Amino acid sequence: MNYRGPRRIRVSQKPHPELLHPNDAIVRVTRSCICGSDLHLYHGLVPDTRVGTTFGHEFIGVVEEIGPTVQNIKVGDNVLVPFNIACGTCAFCKQELYGNCHESNPEATAVGGIFGYSHTAGGYDGGQAEYVRVPYADVGPTVIPADMDPDDAVLLTDVAPTGYQAAEMGGIKKGDTVVVFGAGPVGIMAAKCSWLFGAARVIIIDHIEYRLEFARKYAQCEAYNFRSLEDPVVFLKRTTGWFGADVCIDAVGADAAGSALQTITGKKLMLQAGAATALHWAINSVKKGGIVSIVGVYGPTGNLIPIGNVVNKGITIRANQASVKRLLPRLIEHVKSGVLNPKGIITHRVPLEEVAEAYHIFSSKLDNCIKPILIPPSARV
Amino acid sequence: MENTTKDYTHIKGWGIDADPENEPTYPMKKYTGDDHNRLNWIRPVQQRADVEILHSNERPNLSAVFGTPQPPSGISGSIRRFAFKYSEGSYGHWLPLILADKINVIEGIIDDVKHGHIPNFFAEKGLKSEWKYNRKAFVQKAFIGALITTAVVALVMKKKK
Ligand SMILES: [Zn+2]
Ligand SMILES: [Zn+2]
Repeated sequence: MNYRGPRRIRVSQKPHPELLHPNDAIVRVTRSCICGSDLHLYHGLVPDTRVGTTFGHEFIGVVEEIGPTVQNIKVGDNVLVPFNIACGTCAFCKQELYGNCHESNPEATAVGGIFGYSHTAGGYDGGQAEYVRVPYADVGPTVIPADMDPDDAVLLTDVAPTGYQAAEMGGIKKGDTVVVFGAGPVGIMAAKCSWLFGAARVIIIDHIEYRLEFARKYAQCEAYNFRSLEDPVVFLKRTTGWFGADVCIDAVGADAAGSALQTITGKKLMLQAGAATALHWAINSVKKGGIVSIVGVYGPTGNLIPIGNVVNKGITIRANQASVKRLLPRLIEHVKSGVLNPKGIITHRVPLEEVAEAYHIFSSKLDNCIKPILIPPSARV
Repeated sequence: MENTTKDYTHIKGWGIDADPENEPTYPMKKYTGDDHNRLNWIRPVQQRADVEILHSNERPNLSAVFGTPQPPSGISGSIRRFAFKYSEGSYGHWLPLILADKINVIEGIIDDVKHGHIPNFFAEKGLKSEWKYNRKAFVQKAFIGALITTAVVALVMKKKK
């Protein structure tokens, strides 16, 4: 997979990745996903996305080669690779903030390294490829339990942990009403996980009918189309006894639809780091003293945010890239016991060679696409 | 607020991770209290920088590992070098990077042509699936495109006369 410019990608031969650090591994990819946040890159919304980059931060594969200091995995292991690249030893990794590692991204200090996520996230090539270089192979890569379906495993690299962490950061208490903005894969997963924390009511808001329908079935939640609501904030107030939701989750990020002002300033003129429509709605429809949890991806600079309302309402805002490695043990348990069924959101399986079509289908929301996975030729036997 | 005396048995695992202690304060919860020691940790081995790696001016050095593909080059590369003189949150950093991205796209096309490769925009944009799943919109767009082209050609011809 080779990025050529906004909405233009193709498949091309690249040199085989090499070990560049003693703790590197080379992994032969068996499954990779296209993520909603890849669409921000695909649409050219993430600064320093250089032509020639390979995207893909959600992948699993077989260890092909390891550097001299790698001890925790060996050649031939089937591993799932968290999207965060983390050293495991810096002050932030020690705090289990694996998404905020200080030793994996020279180009920015706010975010740690991420596979295939522009030079703003370290300039690594990603997993929508046949082979990928995996740094800090002793930290992130986790051997996939023998009885786990690879389709479940690949969704544990980002989507499931991110959705789970969104719910966790919401500090959901038994009986809470949770509103999730965005019925993409992460939003659907966040809605699903909200129940695990004891939510009494889970509402999801989006504007694409087939996604809402999917969310209703998969996450067993209420789902509403904001295009058919006069004002989503007023609607949410009304349906929560005019108080507002206890917890609001922004699972949309920079590519939000729904507000002309935000779209023009955030996505067309790029004067703010993406359209913050979902975050506006989250802040305005949460109760006073409520919690807003953000996992949607935003750019590094300013956004038009109603910060006055945050202050006046006494809102707690929690946000982060998911620390996948921290959450994996619990999530593997949940998948094994059948509480979570991540692979249930996969709607499309596409050969890696047709990656351009897969991106177009996902981006344009064609063919009722929720989550596409890519399968390299070597994994199709 | 809705009454919450409901039956959740149809939801597998309901409340399984409920934790009255789950305050939305995760990083603080795991705070080790020894941040004053943060400079004493043993840094991982430093990866060798064989290509030019730009680093944020909010840190003194490169991180111990980094990606090496697509080092800055050409005009876009010079603009990126300039951008990295400014801190991560400033427009001086952000706007030049966006400009560099746009120039980089053109550089990519020039580079393709130089190597005898004419980019296939139809394939790169994945439009086969647009034709397959969204034919009406596809035909509409193509029709409008054709109209505009015809109009432009007609105008140019007219001017030439
Ligand atoms: Zn992702
Ligand atoms: Zn670290």
